Amino acid sequence: MRDLFDSSVERLFSDLVTADAVLACEGGEWPTELWTAVEASGFTLALVPESLGGAGAAWADVCGVLRLAGRFNLPLPLPEAMLANWLLGASGLAAVSGTLSVAARGTLRLENGRVTGAAVDVPWGRHVRHVVAVAAGAAPAVVLLPTEAATVVRTVNTAAEPRDTLKFEAVVPLASAALPTALSADVLKLGGAMMRAAQIAGALETVLAMATTYAGERVQFGKPIGSFQAIQHQIAVLAEHAAASVMSAEAAFAESDDRLARLPVMAAKICASEAAGIGAGVAHAVHGAIGFTHEHALHLTTRRLWSWRSEFGSLTDWSQQLGRALCGAGSQALWPTVTAGVLAGYEEKMTTPTLTLFAAPQGGAGLPWGGPSGGLSA
Amino acid sequence: MSIDQFKYSRIPPEAEALRAEVRAFLAEALKDYPAVRRADSWMGFDAEFSRRLGAKGWVGMALPKRHGGGEASPFARYVVIEELLAAGAPVSAHWFADRQSGPQILHYGTDAQKERHLPAICRGEQFFCIGMSEPNSGSDLASIKTRARREGDKWVVNGQKVWTTNAHRSHYMIALVRTGENSKRQEGLSQFIVDLSLPGITIRPIKDLTGAEHFNEVFFDELVLDADALIGTEGQGWGQVTAELAFERSGPERFLSSIALLQTLIDAVGRSPDALQAKEIGRFAARLVTLRNMSLAVTAQLAAGNNPAWEASVVKDLGAVFEQEIPEVAQLLCELPPTVQGGSDHAQVLAYLTQMAPSFSLRGGTREILRGIIARGLGLR
Repeated sequence: MRDLFDSSVERLFSDLVTADAVLACEGGEWPTELWTAVEASGFTLALVPESLGGAGAAWADVCGVLRLAGRFNLPLPLPEAMLANWLLGASGLAAVSGTLSVAARGTLRLENGRVTGAAVDVPWGRHVRHVVAVAAGAAPAVVLLPTEAATVVRTVNTAAEPRDTLKFEAVVPLASAALPTALSADVLKLGGAMMRAAQIAGALETVLAMATTYAGERVQFGKPIGSFQAIQHQIAVLAEHAAASVMSAEAAFAESDDRLARLPVMAAKICASEAAGIGAGVAHAVHGAIGFTHEHALHLTTRRLWSWRSEFGSLTDWSQQLGRALCGAGSQALWPTVTAGVLAGYEEKMTTPTLTLFAAPQGGAGLPWGGPSGGLSA
Repeated sequence: MSIDQFKYSRIPPEAEALRAEVRAFLAEALKDYPAVRRADSWMGFDAEFSRRLGAKGWVGMALPKRHGGGEASPFARYVVIEELLAAGAPVSAHWFADRQSGPQILHYGTDAQKERHLPAICRGEQFFCIGMSEPNSGSDLASIKTRARREGDKWVVNGQKVWTTNAHRSHYMIALVRTGENSKRQEGLSQFIVDLSLPGITIRPIKDLTGAEHFNEVFFDELVLDADALIGTEGQGWGQVTAELAFERSGPERFLSSIALLQTLIDAVGRSPDALQAKEIGRFAARLVTLRNMSLAVTAQLAAGNNPAWEASVVKDLGAVFEQEIPEVAQLLCELPPTVQGGSDHAQVLAYLTQMAPSFSLRGGTREILRGIIARGLGLR
């Protein structure tokens, strides 16, 4: 399945996701034709069970698709739509076709069958018909909301990708269900982090290829600049971080199934977020002034790296959560945690109702897990 | 070379099943072992401990049973060695034989050489060192000058090796020496198994900056070797050495050298770290998880019979940066000066690893050599 997915998506993106198409989207256009082609390919429903009309693919099958979305600067909420439909399916709700995104941050509450509050940093919020969110309330609930009912505050990131705030006032969700007990209230933040980690890995593959090619072509002092050790070693460091990002994203997708693999996902987003800045910096250093121009395509990818690393939890946010969990468990638990690939006890704490997360710790040793900053209440 | 060669490779269940037994053994064997000695890890020398591991079947465990090994999978061996390193067990005595010399003798050795060395390696009784660098040949290994000349059915060796870890307490050295003059420097090199008890060999430990003695200079003065000291093919030494680099550069010892400090750091900051402490410890853990996955991906490549030398260089360089960053950041996170005498476990481990850290990007291939290999794989050289 993986090879088939990768090859068909690569063909689709190479044909349609040109620099001009990306720039047009950055100018505010919605690429109707491209979205139609992507949706026709079926990938927005890839992670939906076959019984609910999807392809029933596993997370491991789609890591390549997400890396390709990053490699090609795909100016569409495909990752968000895949994640949203996965969560709908996991909650027993029907997947939706058409434009779709996720709301992983905000203040949404579901009370008496109506949703009120703000969804913050919604990718392509102004363009999509639906958003999926986890709303707080008596118990966390997965809700499907119509964006036409929202007031939109427009914001764009460094790549001019819409990251809008959607305000809802007593809106009846199109569908809702209790958040499955296996999932945590921050599931969309975690899932978004996993998507961005794979996109960053793909984007780093692009800037690595561009830097390597340019270093072989650009001649100074009578030889290609790639023959200078100083340039070679910088690009080597870029390659190392691209490899680490690919590896950590692949691990996160491979270990996720009905629930997202928290430790591998955290590791992936932390490593990718660190790599993004290092990789973009090297690529620009190698390209010199031409890479700093609007005319050159390098910025299409580096401006995405500079935003994606901060989205769905920055390096600092996830590192602090992970560090608190590890310190709370003590030094003896460090190595067993690494080899098991699981933060023992963490998921259970994340899935208990929000209020008990901040209950007095046992034994007065401080908050055992620090308390999550994820979820809609954050 | 390809980034796509970093395919996620889980440790198979049958190999994973070993872990509990190894952990239980180490918990008992090292229960009174001080933190600062755990920081020594694969530089810690304890012949008796190596023999105990040999008795458990955990030295040379991937070698064939007919030679005393356990025919274990590369992943089973990986589980054992990463548990040893994470626990800070003193594995240095048998480390080089287990990692390099044993597999090399199996691959290139004659039946007599296999019989002479492999069962004793697997018992944890025969220790090896690796003779590569010379006073004027460090990163530029192909420039070595130590020479072996044929005399009848003997070889006579003259020259000098340096920075040879454990030479002063090993039984054998596998030495790379020049046996012929060729226009291409990499040709005319051969490998010999040198019995370090022979006359004509002088071994002088070199104190490192902490005053400890791990590495040595080794002099060969008209050293006479029997014909069967040659391992592999005369003139093919360079190829034999480079073929094993992926094994040497991708293992867990390339990113676990500072794990003892990460552990004492967690103890030192306590259950409620401040924001900066939590962030740095979490970031290190994320890198640790990723480096381990990368190392396992290379192990899978090696198990499939490939030569992932490029990928191994990526693991080693990223791993060394990680190992060196831990002491640098640890000293920023707690108001606790490093101590060599007295002080807490954390202060002692911090002092030790701060001083050891420069060697992490020297041993087994310098940062500059590794980045050069990576650049070559990218087509830049």
